[in-house]
Parts: sequence; C-alpha cells; structure tokens
Amino acid sequence: MLKIENLHATVADKPILKGLSLTINAGEVHAIMGPNGAGKSTLGYVLGGRPGYEVTSGTIHFTPRPFVSSEVETPARGISISLDANGGGVDLLSLEPHERAAAGLFLGFQYPVEIPGVSFVQFLRESLNAQRKARGEEPLSGGEFLRLAREKAALLKLDMDMLKRPVNVGFSGGEKKRAEMVQMGILGPRLAVLDETDSGLDIDALRICGEGINSVMRAPDKAVLLITHYQRLLDYVRPDFVHVLAGGRIVRTGGPELALELEEHGYEAVAA
Amino acid sequence: MTLALALPTRRDEDYRYADLPALTPLWPVGTERIVLAPGEQRAMTMVHTGPEAVARDLDVELGAGARFDLHVLNAPLVYGRIAVRAVLGQGATFNLGAAQLAGGEQTVELVTLVTHQAPDAVSRQVVRSVVGGSATANYLGKVQVQPGADGTDGAQSVRAMLLARTATANARPELEIHADDVKCAHGCAVGELDANGLFYLQSRGLPPEAAKRLMLQAFVAEAFAGAADEDALLDQALAALGDLL
Repeated sequence: MLKIENLHATVADKPILKGLSLTINAGEVHAIMGPNGAGKSTLGYVLGGRPGYEVTSGTIHFTPRPFVSSEVETPARGISISLDANGGGVDLLSLEPHERAAAGLFLGFQYPVEIPGVSFVQFLRESLNAQRKARGEEPLSGGEFLRLAREKAALLKLDMDMLKRPVNVGFSGGEKKRAEMVQMGILGPRLAVLDETDSGLDIDALRICGEGINSVMRAPDKAVLLITHYQRLLDYVRPDFVHVLAGGRIVRTGGPELALELEEHGYEAVAA
Repeated sequence: MTLALALPTRRDEDYRYADLPALTPLWPVGTERIVLAPGEQRAMTMVHTGPEAVARDLDVELGAGARFDLHVLNAPLVYGRIAVRAVLGQGATFNLGAAQLAGGEQTVELVTLVTHQAPDAVSRQVVRSVVGGSATANYLGKVQVQPGADGTDGAQSVRAMLLARTATANARPELEIHADDVKCAHGCAVGELDANGLFYLQSRGLPPEAAKRLMLQAFVAEAFAGAADEDALLDQALAALGDLL
C-alpha cells in the first residue's frame, strides 16, 4: 500500500526527517509514536503534500487497490492518475494534494481548520465529487450524498445538523475530531494517516472515534497510519505494528506490546 | 468644452487610481439621478460582468425616512468605475453592498460620498474586493456628517483579498464629521487567502481553484447579505470568480 524509503525532509531549511523508511501493507494498522519534535506531524504533512514541507531525498510509493466505490453502485474505471502498469502504484511525491486524495489518501488533521461561510455538506460533496471525477466515476447526486453523509454521521454519533454548519466553526475540540472521522467515512480512502486524532478527546469521544476508525478503515484493502503520543487510542484501534520515531527516523518497531512498554518506561529508555 | 467636462487627471483625488485610458472613450459620464420621496423604499442592483468597460455615476437623494438598498457586482473585463453620491434626509437609510472582482490588468473601483444632511439617518457600506493577476481594486469612500445631523449612524466595512503578490488594493475610507452626537465606524483590511485553509480543502480532494472559490464564496457573500436577490447575485459573482481563478 505504502512504501517509504530513506525519506529526508526539511521545514524552513531545517532537516526534520532524516532517513525514514516504512512499509505499510493493505489490511494493516500501524502506529507511530514518539516524543515531541521527533517529526511525527512532519511525516503526516509530507504524505499529504503540504506546501513548505520539502522532501530533499527518498521515495514514497503508493499502491492503493484499484478503486471500486463500495458506497454506490457505479462502474469504476480505475484511477486516471497515472498508476503504473504492474498492478498499479504511483509516486506519491509527484502528485498534488488533491490528486493524492483522489488516489485514496486521507490526512486527518491534528488541528482541523475552520472555514467560515462554507457548510460541511457543500464542502464534502464538492470534495467527494472532485475525487470521483478524477477517478473517472460518476458524481453523486445531492440525495445520494446526503444518505451517505447521514450514515457516516450516525456512525460517529455526530448530529447531522452539525454538518449543515460552516466547516469546524464553533465546534469543540472533540467535535472537530469526530467531524474528521465523518469526513473520512464519507470520502472512503484506501489509506488514512491520522495525526493525533486522539488529542483533545474525552474518554467517550475517544471510544467513538476509535470505533469509527475500525468500522471505516478495518478492511483487507485499506490501511491506517496512526500518529499519536499516547497509548490510549490503541486500546480501541489495535495496531499490528508500533514504531518509535525519534530524531527523524524510525528507531524501533514492534507489536502492540511496544506501546505499553513506551507508556511504562518512556521514550528515552525504549528508544535508546 | 466646459471645465466640468474636462477629462480628469491623476491630480483629481477621486481619479487618483483610475484607469484613465479606459475611461477616456466613456467620458463624459452622464449622471443618473435617483430621488426617493419621503418614506419611499427602493432597491437597485447593478451587475457588470461583461467585456466592455463601464463607468456609472449615481446621484441619490433620500427624503426623510426613505430607504435605498444598492447592491453592486463590479467585475467587467476591462474597467469598472461606479461612483455614488447619496444625500440622506432625516431618518433615511442607505445600504450599499458591493463586490468587486478583478484579474489580469483590470481596474475596478468604487467611489462613494455619503452625506448625512439631517438627523438620525443610517448609512451602511460593505465592500468586498477580490484581486488577482496585476489587477487593481479601489475603494474611495467618504461619509460626511453635516452640522446638525445628530444621531447619525454611519458604517464602512472595507476588505480586500489579494490572490497574487502582484495585485493591488487601494482603500481609503474617510469620515468627515461636523456634528457632536454621531456614531460612525470604519474598518478596512487587505489580506491573502489563509494557506492552512487552502491546504485543508485540497487535502480532501478539491483542486486548487475549487478550494479558493469555496474560501472566497463566504467573503464575497458578505457584500450581498440581505439583498432580495442574494442567491442570484452570489451565483453571478461566483461565475465571475471562476473566470478569475
């Protein structure tokens, strides 16, 4: 699904990622943990293609399965964005942020942005249809979209009326994160990179988000990369692999037990 | 040719940022006189999005208790100049909501003079400009409160969004107050689209132009809030904005 090799990236000319390699296969959930300043959020932004996050060397190869929309019966004609012949795959770094989304990447923001005057419903319908257009699929009608949105909002226990409000404006921290998960449900990505989705959540919201991630993303043809400081989200979304990111590289990889070890002994002891 | 009809120069304060070569063939600009009887209510919409240069000059007189709502979409492809002078009688209300859109080498401008001549009149001006390329958008607006016009309530809200570092916005909101018991406010800001917001929208699959259009939609809509044909105006503005992006 995703193969990152020897990735180096800078922000404002300051090296942040220094030779990061990571392979994520379809069906897997990976967690990246690490101390402040290790480069966790930078990794998320580099994957999403945020301006200002410059890749100086290394490669990222993204191989989503050919897209067949599971939400609505439409003949899918595959992704029009140059997937290469041998089973599909694309140099992620060659794509613009919106093309990465159409190819099946979703980036969950640590700090979701407020957009005054634009409703979630309008924003998400335009986004989904822009993705579908890029993949050569038919757009969803207003009715079809609302059915999909209602279903995903219910899954995350978010009042559908909130999706009629301007994007994230006046939402609490927890509501913003739940709205991120609703967006993920509606857009139906192949790979979700979730940057500190657990921060700012109370215990109930954490469980709801965790269950949402499982329900939307736990599938043989999907994968998740959770970026987090804490072990607690991993109680709900059980990772197959846990990586420790320190100094811009992955310094240790293990199973779920590694997260518990980190929680008990701290990064310094475990990453050393 | 009388002096009044002489083509203005850059020394004329109201024409300082005008596109004089584009204005020349339109000169002299005839004045449209609009007189509202006491208590009369009227609304007017001006939409200019065509290929030709436009210059209009409005002279509005509001009788006591009259109300005039003026909504403007100033986005012709060459040059657009809208000048409005309004004189407000006692307790009259003047509302101006204007969106100006310009790209390429275009100049669009709005020049207003609102005179509170008698007590208790209300004036509101909301101007939103979106400027790309090496275009220029101007707002030169003065609110004048004459002696004795106590209880005046005047407000100017002027904002411009620059889509490129080569674009220009000139804003000159002015207050000239000769009465004591007066409430007048003016706000003015020139800015750029929020880069965080743009990346957020793009990361969901919106191409850059669509993301910008979505972010500008709310900004432009502020100019048309409360208009009877608000939705139609916004649609026309968004279509013009699409060409700009």
